[in-house]
Amino acid sequence: MEYLIQILNGVQYGLLLFLLASGLTLIFGIMGIINLAHGSFYMVGAYLAYWLAQQTGSLWLALPLGILISIVIGLILEWTLIRHLYRRDHLYQVLLTFGLILIFEELRSLLFGNDVHGVPIPAVLNFSIPLTETLAYPVYRLFISAVCLVIAAVLYLVIRKTRIGMMIRAGNSNREMAQVLGVNVPLLYTLVFAFGMALAAFAGMIAAPISSVFPGMGHQILIICFVVVVIGGIGSIKGAMVAALLIGVTDTLGKVLLPEYSGMAVYLVMAAVLIWRPRGLFPAT
Amino acid sequence: MIQSSAGITRVLLIAGAVCLALFPLAGSAFYLGLVTKIMIMAIFAMSLDLILGYAGLVSLGHSAYFGFAAYMLALTAPKYQAASVWVSLPLSLLATGVLALLIGALVLRTSGIYFIMVTLAFAQMLYYLFHDTKLGRGSDGIYLHERPSLAVGDFNPISLSDHNHLYYLVLALMLAVYLLLRTVLASPFGRVLVAIKANEARVRALGFQVFAYKLGAFVLAGMLAGLAGYLSTCQFGFVNPEILSWQYSGVVLMTLLLGGMGRLYGAVIGAFAYVLVQELFSYEALFGVYAKHWQLSMGCFIVLVVLLLPGGLAELLERLGAKPAAEPDDG
Repeated sequence: MEYLIQILNGVQYGLLLFLLASGLTLIFGIMGIINLAHGSFYMVGAYLAYWLAQQTGSLWLALPLGILISIVIGLILEWTLIRHLYRRDHLYQVLLTFGLILIFEELRSLLFGNDVHGVPIPAVLNFSIPLTETLAYPVYRLFISAVCLVIAAVLYLVIRKTRIGMMIRAGNSNREMAQVLGVNVPLLYTLVFAFGMALAAFAGMIAAPISSVFPGMGHQILIICFVVVVIGGIGSIKGAMVAALLIGVTDTLGKVLLPEYSGMAVYLVMAAVLIWRPRGLFPAT
Repeated sequence: MIQSSAGITRVLLIAGAVCLALFPLAGSAFYLGLVTKIMIMAIFAMSLDLILGYAGLVSLGHSAYFGFAAYMLALTAPKYQAASVWVSLPLSLLATGVLALLIGALVLRTSGIYFIMVTLAFAQMLYYLFHDTKLGRGSDGIYLHERPSLAVGDFNPISLSDHNHLYYLVLALMLAVYLLLRTVLASPFGRVLVAIKANEARVRALGFQVFAYKLGAFVLAGMLAGLAGYLSTCQFGFVNPEILSWQYSGVVLMTLLLGGMGRLYGAVIGAFAYVLVQELFSYEALFGVYAKHWQLSMGCFIVLVVLLLPGGLAELLERLGAKPAAEPDDG
């Protein structure tokens, strides 16, 4: 039973990673941009949830407001900075977004200080389902998993079945050809970037009540998301889902079984996958 | 004209080296330490320049080799005695070389974005190895009670705990690394490396084992980064996992870009510029409350450099230097 709880935790963590990694992999796959600031948006989301929940008194109000704010920040970033990086080498993308990490981290320190903050779980979801006499599973974690699954399904349908999804896939497989066929690629890029940022911020917002809100929270998760994207195959949403679950469960079980080596476990999994398949499990092209 | 600009560069480099050699006569202990730190950073950035500036490999995990050699020194040093440089330095560099060989053999199978992320991931693996397990004593790291000693029998002319001695040793090694890399790059091996960056498919078609050349450069760069890590431990007397972090790999990338890639001396200029800019931003008299938040200014500075000065300071200097030289041509 204890293992069931850990596996449920692992799946929940994996699904959360999927929210982050899907945005990252889309931005890589479609725009060819390596965005280190993705983890910062996770942090921005968590702090927005903390601040807005405090101001409005409810996480339910904080969520839509926070998503709006993060979309606006994403749009501004794309218009002012990211746009200049499309034709540049990955090196410059790495460094510019590295600069952005420093900026976000220090702005956070200026605005909110360096303390750890908590966000209360909404009262409706603040109870546990008893599994045995002594063990219970918190409903809020199940709620996170459910929300992530719904978003994954919507994402899948949008990309597979709608017109904008078709444009995204076209842009993903051949940028120039899509442009020639009349797709407004610059606008598409702006939307994809802002949407990816909003997904990352949303992940931070719903994770805030269980992970608490603390400085540097975006750093570690950023690297884990890179691992997910690499294992899944850059640009592949399906790959991101499979890899996110794999990494979520590996990391959670690793922490229980081999606490000293759990930090390394996910990287070992990645190394093994790459030896087997250098372009990830589901190479996009 | 190209010759004359190369000549000017050479004169400037020699003048710079002479200034550095004379600096201890004027500087206080604080500035001596600062410049020593900068020169170690310069060695680190030059090692990255070999694979990034010349072979075109964007590694975001270069701090792994810096940190690994530093940890090798700290872990193998006897507890209350000085380690011998003659044993611990070759040991650290050799171990770092083997590590770079293992990681390089895996990561060089990938390219582009994959290469960036996989180098990053391997560096993280090492970070957690030293951060989480008993081996590296956690986030506090390890202190060296005694600096390594250069003694041969009773003969001990250079002491690493003396600021002046350490300064000159680091200066000499920085120049040696510069000359070594110049020699390597002028050799057939270096020529092939540069050709791989320009057109990998063509080099392969000419019958070269591209992978072996890249791996050779990767291992050499790793070992030289290890030398910088070893020296850094000699200077500060402790190691902690931060020197293995990916942020530190980002800093060395930025240092190199700021100075200018593919020139070697650009790495040295970058090291001076980066550390001095960082000191400036954390200078309280100038930046007041924001001095504590120097990373904010640094972040903005990095963004501006990437957008406005992608060739780095060296290119800027060359452009400025080229202008007066161009005038006689017109007349």
